[in-house]
Amino acid sequence: MSPRLLKKALLRLGFWCLIAVLLLYAVFPFYYAIVTSLKPSSALFEVSYWIEHPDFSNYAAILQQASFLRAIGNSLVVALCVVTLALFLSLTAAYALGRVKFRGRGTVLMMVLGVSMFPQVAVLSGLFEVIRALGLYNTSWALILSYTIFTLPFTVWVLTTFMGQLPHELEEAAIMDGASPWVTLTRVLLPLLWPALVTTGLLAFIAAWNEFLFALTFTLTDSQRTVPVAIALISGGSPHELPWGLLMAASVLVTVPLVILVLIFQRRIVSGLTAGALKG
Amino acid sequence: MSVSTAPVPFDELLLTRETPVQRRRVRAAWLFLTPMLVCLALVAAWPLLRTFWFSLTDASLADTGGATFIGVSNYLLFSGSGWSGILVDPQWWNAVRNTLYFTVVSVGLEVVLGLLVALLLSIKFTGRSLVRALILIPWAIPTIVSAKIWSWMLNDQFGIINHLMISLGLIDAPLAWTADADLSMWAVIIVDVWKTVPFVTLLMLAALQMLPSDCYEAARVDGIHPLKVFWRVTLPLLMPALLVAAIFRILDSLRVFDVIYVLTSNSSSTMSMSVYARQHLVEFQDVGYGSAASTLLFLVVAVIAMLYLYLGRRQLEVRA
Repeated sequence: MSPRLLKKALLRLGFWCLIAVLLLYAVFPFYYAIVTSLKPSSALFEVSYWIEHPDFSNYAAILQQASFLRAIGNSLVVALCVVTLALFLSLTAAYALGRVKFRGRGTVLMMVLGVSMFPQVAVLSGLFEVIRALGLYNTSWALILSYTIFTLPFTVWVLTTFMGQLPHELEEAAIMDGASPWVTLTRVLLPLLWPALVTTGLLAFIAAWNEFLFALTFTLTDSQRTVPVAIALISGGSPHELPWGLLMAASVLVTVPLVILVLIFQRRIVSGLTAGALKG
Repeated sequence: MSVSTAPVPFDELLLTRETPVQRRRVRAAWLFLTPMLVCLALVAAWPLLRTFWFSLTDASLADTGGATFIGVSNYLLFSGSGWSGILVDPQWWNAVRNTLYFTVVSVGLEVVLGLLVALLLSIKFTGRSLVRALILIPWAIPTIVSAKIWSWMLNDQFGIINHLMISLGLIDAPLAWTADADLSMWAVIIVDVWKTVPFVTLLMLAALQMLPSDCYEAARVDGIHPLKVFWRVTLPLLMPALLVAAIFRILDSLRVFDVIYVLTSNSSSTMSMSVYARQHLVEFQDVGYGSAASTLLFLVVAVIAMLYLYLGRRQLEVRA
């Protein structure tokens, strides 16, 4: 083999080694959680890299816990309501911000951007008071309402960007026909916005599903908890003896749907992330 | 979550003169904005103002309404024997130090690793889109879950990391990653870096795709070494995107809470400003004191955010 070919082959080998390292780094922890979740508690404390004898007792145990199933239900309700609320509020707002020129538009956009940078803990005490005043403490409504603080700025921003990119001829035709702004939005623009709605909805869903600080603070009882709080509070006999198999089974159960969503909608998620430059 | 200051495309042609139709549209626009503005006022503006107010009172969690004004005593108070308040609380300054250390180290690592991974994935190869999808997995996993998975992997007795390091001969005895005061911050950083590198990678990949290809062709024709091309061409062109990613990550790291709360609980060697504020607010029920800590954190974040907006606006002006 000539030196040039050898150099090329070595470069190629090095490249694939790097890709392998990268994949191992990205995927291994989740894979290891699956391996652990499929072990009976007796085999838990011997390190193994492969699934040898799959044992589903951890899954059976966690699925029998009523509070865990309840938490999954709560998380689903909260995340879906947040997505619906945020998409509705931001759709109308994005129409105003993306299609109409008016004084104060820049200020509103800056305000929305500012809210997106809030540290959540800065509003914790004030929000706690609002939630208690509205009688929502320890209900899913407390979470649905409070989650709009981090979903709305993002959905408004991304939808405004998408809205501004739609051709204006469509809207002019609608105005000529005497359509009201509401009809223009729902009948003319909305059908074109579905891809953007799916992307932003998905990202808002993931953010709401993963939220922890508000869920920990605004709910109190097992029956109202969401998945992240339920998992954080799983404990064993003592702080040093966590039921790791059970914990990993719960972790895998709540993460697999997200991983599947991400793999299916990868392209959309990437376009949404870079359009709004969101961080999760 | 937050968003960039990318200019929103705007329809200049559509109704620029003041006409009845235009006036009706502006009225409709404000009507359409109202629900969102009311919602943000309720969950963001008003609670923030209340937090500022609470920080000047002795409010407790049980009765936030019955608070009395006590000036800046939560921040700083001189009472005969000596100073008290957050600004002289060593725990608070410890939390500030931890947060800054965490922010500098993790954001630094994330930006460097994110850039390297993006450079690697910008090379065309078979299966690239699958690899790009797979590296998103850490980003999609809830922070709580990744903290739990890593605390199992970093477990001192049965963790796979210790097992691996011992069998490779890197260490003699297992390390107590999450309990040892010297190591626990590193455990937090490891988890945070693992989770957020995909985000930085995505931003960098998007920026790399927009680089002009003619510079590279010219460099290739002139036979310039690829490393030199990277330092002289790619990196300077990527700088704006790199700064945006870094500022997002800095704003996010300054308010870090979840990963620390789950991985190391209330240990003082990793306590961040958010963990400190929440501990006083909820566990000690001292809303006044906790709100003062929250206010200080808010001010730090606000200064950085304003700096970012100012720089972003300047950049837009330069571009226009």
